This record gives sequence, structure tokens and C-alpha cells, in this order.
Amino acid sequence: MKSFSELHLKTYILIFFIVIFAPTGNVLLSKGMKTVGDVAIHSPTEFFQLAVRVLTSPFIWLGIGFLLLFFVSYLLVLSWADYSFVQPASASSFAVVALLGHFALKEPISPTHWLGIIVISLGVLTVGNTHPRTTEQK
Amino acid sequence: MSLGWEAVLLLLIVVAGTSGELCVTRAMKTIGEVKDFRPASLVRVLIRAVQVPWMWLGITLMAVAFFALLGALSIENVSFVVPVTALSYAAGAFGGEIFLGERVSRRRWVGVALVCVGVTLVFIGRK
Repeated sequence: MKSFSELHLKTYILIFFIVIFAPTGNVLLSKGMKTVGDVAIHSPTEFFQLAVRVLTSPFIWLGIGFLLLFFVSYLLVLSWADYSFVQPASASSFAVVALLGHFALKEPISPTHWLGIIVISLGVLTVGNTHPRTTEQK
Repeated sequence: MSLGWEAVLLLLIVVAGTSGELCVTRAMKTIGEVKDFRPASLVRVLIRAVQVPWMWLGITLMAVAFFALLGALSIENVSFVVPVTALSYAAGAFGGEIFLGERVSRRRWVGVALVCVGVTLVFIGRK
């Protein structure tokens, strides 16, 4: 039987990766899409030009790289930990993405906006602190 | 770009993203706990993972959510878009109770309500 602490240690390490990688990836994607410009499409040519602009943006590829790292960490942790246990960890990622957006991308965030993010994080924590399984095990 | 288009993108991120994650979770559970973290074994895990049909359904749905995210990020701030996607917790609770027959506890509904209040505040407080 696997020791309690070992399972917890590797779970928390991967959750830490998840909380850092996903917001960083999203912030880089945002930076990339803002530099790509208007995405309104009226013709196939415009779609092609947009695809080229998106696919040649270094920020987009860096963002995708971080999101892939996030995704692999997520897959690994989900192979042993319950979804309901892992999901609440993302409570802090909402705060991380707001902090990164504010400080790295200079996005203006009003006090009401901050309050909303705090309430969302509290809500996510509350959701996560409930019993993980309510259906019968097969 | 119209408000309706933006709402469609946010809805796609939430619904396709949540369904995709549930499919991926189901796929990974059929593989079992990953115990060996050496690169070669991780590659073997990934090779096994892509042979599970649920994984492909999950990846397709998550790809849809990803392109919707790119669209949303091109017109809105990341500190607005990502918190709004927390609505997936509400989608998960409703979807679980309606489609999967899960019993969602009162405490979990409280959490979902808090998320909805928070998202409303984010909408009110933007810019």
C-alpha cells in the first residue's frame, strides 16, 4: 500500500505546477491575441491571414507550451487523484491570472472586479470541499 | 464585435471545456494511477492515453474551448475572461445532477452560488 505522505507530496507538487502553468499560459495567449489584432472575418482570405498571424506569434506558441505543461501535469494527477480533489486547487489560479494580467499586461482591475475574483475563489473552494463521490462505485 | 458573439465564445469555453475535462478524467481513470515519472514511462502512459476513445472526445471538446478562448482573449482582458470561465463549476453541478444522476450537496450549491455572485461582480466591475 502506498504511503499517505508520498501520495500527498506528489499530488501537491503537481497541483502547484497546475496553478502556475495555466495562468501563465493564458496570460501569454492574451498577449499574443492582442498583438494579432482584429479577428473579424468576412472572407476566406481574411481567415487565412488571421490564422497566419496567430500561428506566427511567439507569444501564442509560448502560451501553448505552458498550457501543454499544465495539461500533462493535470493528466498525471488525475490518474490517481479525484477530479473533485484537484478542481478546487484552481481556486487560486483565478487570483494568479488576475495578478499576472494586472502586473504583466497592465490590465486595469476595479475594486468590484477584485471583489468578484475573491468571491469566485471562495466559491470554488466551497465547491471543492464537498464529498467527491455521490454515485455508486462500479 | 457584438456582445452576442462574445457571449457565444464565453459559453463555448465553459460548456465545451467542462465536458472535455470530464471525458479526459474518465479516460485517465481507465489507465490507472501513474507511479513512474521517468520520461520513457510517461511517454508510454501518453501512448496508452491516446488509445482511449474518451480521450479523443475530451481533446476535441477542449480544442473547441481553446479556440473559443483565443477568440475571447482577442477582444477582452485575460483578467476578465478567465474568472468568467469559473461558471464551469455551475455547469458541472447542473450537468452532474441532470445528466449523470449525481446528488449535488447543499454545500456545493452554496459554492456554485458564490461563483455566480463573483462572476456577476466581475461583469459589473469591468473597466
